[in-house]
Amino acid sequence: MANMCPNKVPMPVQDAKVRNGNFKEVALGYTEEMAMEEATRCLNCKNRPCVSGCPVNVQIPEFIEKVAAGDFEGAFEKIKENNALPAICGRVCPQENQCEKQCVRGIKGESVGIGRLERFVADWHMQNGKNQPFKAEPNGHRIAVVGSGPSSLSCAGSLAKKGYDVTILEAFHVAGGVLMYGIPEFRLPKAIVQKEIDALREMGVTIETNMVVGKIFSVDELLQDRYEAVFVGTGAGLPSFMKIEGENLNGVYSANEFLTRINLMKAYRFPEVDTPVVIGNSVAVVGGGNVAMDAARCAKRLGAENVYIVYRRSEEEMPARNEEIEHAAEEGIIFKLLTNPQRILGDEQGFVTGMECVEMELGEADASGRRRPVAKEGSEFVLDVETVVIAIGQTPNPLIKQTTPDLETQKWGGIVADENGKTSKEGVFAGGDAVTGAATVILAMGAGKKAAAAIDEYIQNK
Amino acid sequence: MYKILKKDILNEQVKRMVIEAPLIAKKAEPGQFIIFRIDEDGERVPLTIADYDREAGMVTIIFQEVGKSTRQLGAMEAGDSLLDFVGPLGRPSELDGVKKAAVIGGGLGTAIAYPQAKKLNELGCEVHSVIGFRNKDLIILEDEVKAVSAKTVVMTDDGSNGNKGFVTNALHDLIESGEQYDLVLAIGPLPMMKFVCEVTRPYGIKTIVSMNPVMIDGTGMCGGCRLTVGGETKFACVDGPDFDGHLVDFDAAIRRSAMFRDKERQSLENHECRLTGGKHNG
Repeated sequence: MANMCPNKVPMPVQDAKVRNGNFKEVALGYTEEMAMEEATRCLNCKNRPCVSGCPVNVQIPEFIEKVAAGDFEGAFEKIKENNALPAICGRVCPQENQCEKQCVRGIKGESVGIGRLERFVADWHMQNGKNQPFKAEPNGHRIAVVGSGPSSLSCAGSLAKKGYDVTILEAFHVAGGVLMYGIPEFRLPKAIVQKEIDALREMGVTIETNMVVGKIFSVDELLQDRYEAVFVGTGAGLPSFMKIEGENLNGVYSANEFLTRINLMKAYRFPEVDTPVVIGNSVAVVGGGNVAMDAARCAKRLGAENVYIVYRRSEEEMPARNEEIEHAAEEGIIFKLLTNPQRILGDEQGFVTGMECVEMELGEADASGRRRPVAKEGSEFVLDVETVVIAIGQTPNPLIKQTTPDLETQKWGGIVADENGKTSKEGVFAGGDAVTGAATVILAMGAGKKAAAAIDEYIQNK
Repeated sequence: MYKILKKDILNEQVKRMVIEAPLIAKKAEPGQFIIFRIDEDGERVPLTIADYDREAGMVTIIFQEVGKSTRQLGAMEAGDSLLDFVGPLGRPSELDGVKKAAVIGGGLGTAIAYPQAKKLNELGCEVHSVIGFRNKDLIILEDEVKAVSAKTVVMTDDGSNGNKGFVTNALHDLIESGEQYDLVLAIGPLPMMKFVCEVTRPYGIKTIVSMNPVMIDGTGMCGGCRLTVGGETKFACVDGPDFDGHLVDFDAAIRRSAMFRDKERQSLENHECRLTGGKHNG
């Protein structure tokens, strides 16, 4: 008989007042007992709607059944059949919009905590699992994977499983892409990402860092010199700015710069490390997505007293996950909703002194289906801040596009690819944010996995 | 790891290193830059490529010890290795078709101006070089510059080499004496480049400057290196580092260069503290 408790077993978390002063992980993870208890809430229903909600088709009821039985390693193997990076997905997937959204338990109460269980299983394996990396029989075909974020890692892992000789070329000095530079330590510990990458290495994947494809090699050179196919998973790394007055003042960062300084370069440990981040007592983060929440929560942890999220629509339209919004609010982030920045003010030395904003109200629905915010006349006010972080989105980096003339791209910069990742150029496949524009880790992973299958088919039929 | 093959001291503040980096050497062009990182805790520091040898697989960098990382780099020796060395980044300088050019180097900027003068000379352009330093002890690369220039003027701020004045004075004199340049290339500190542009503006001579703002990735990702050029925001790393000097907002660039100044000082002081156990060296 299933456990009919309407609520999920609560996730233990660091106290909000403590955690907003450190960079350690917020959610502490289930114990074995909690996981087994939560697992009994799964009805193991026939239709398995949760599986259809998962972009990589994890066999959810099957793995949960094993958790309920205390067979954690078995559960891990079940997840691994479809998901290359479970410790990461268990932490950063928007489960509430995917698997958990479909869960029948969600109709009368809370859905099963699928994400929490996935995380528990992956962490349990890292702690206790026997490390026996699966090494496939080499098939002699060499594939280059450009970039090392979620889509690339998933593509590389899937290809390595089939015996391909995969080389990942990463521009930064460490692999992981947005998992390393973007998502903060307190939400996704870098040691976890590193372990997943090490596991890929053990499977035989070569990772070369400091390789800016488009500069050191063109895609054509990769195809001529060594590789039979190329996967482009270069993400959406180009920051968007608002194009308002004062955006180049000192104290204005793109979210990319702010988060990269903190997460990749570990500026929170300055001067023990060499990369600094300068932050005022009051910080405005412009935007309403997960990146904005991450930036705001980082600013708080760096010691800013007042941290504002400035978003031009209302909470309902915020693209960030509810959990992130809740965590941010608990940590003392102040939400200035229906507020739009007009210009950033500075002193004579060029440092930010404030941000002029205008209040908004919601009008008619726009093309995205969300109600369009309209400025309230005469409602201008100045928010006193010394730091502004712009987190209004990213677009794909144009480097590959500029150096690969026969690769078709969208007007906004995305690489044109079919649902299997095939591009307009023979032997070149693409997936993740480089194709879709900024989206989620799991969608990128799904695209990488599909592209790996398409690459396999392409090589086999060549 | 990227091995330091050779190290020369050009003056008390400026050092030259040859780094083993065959893939970068194969692709490097004048005007492009690299980013180095010394160790696990190191920052990513951009430096313009001063020279390269495609056959030998070597890239030359020249740097002034201004902060913690360059000070630390300067203390390394041939045989030591850098953890990271990535490039070639940025767009190469567009030097084709220039018939007569004035290449202006200010201080360390001479190190970056030199490969441009060399390339222009190779392309059959008549090169006049004007290089300037604070005093005669700081003069670098004079022989190298002379070897690729039809005319070379070396200026010192204090006149200690017998030629007192700024590069802008010398450039102005050359133009006034009737030299007709179709390009002026200016590389050096921001105020110097700004004033060179003011010299050439009334004559309408195309003037290219090389910008070197703070950056992290060098591939267009962080936007930390943004500049205002012709009223638009540009990224030095991917849109430059060369820009039309008459369009660059130098005052804004000078203000932006101060963004991390306090932290840079703190990092350097902290480094020296660790080296000397708390005592400052002179």
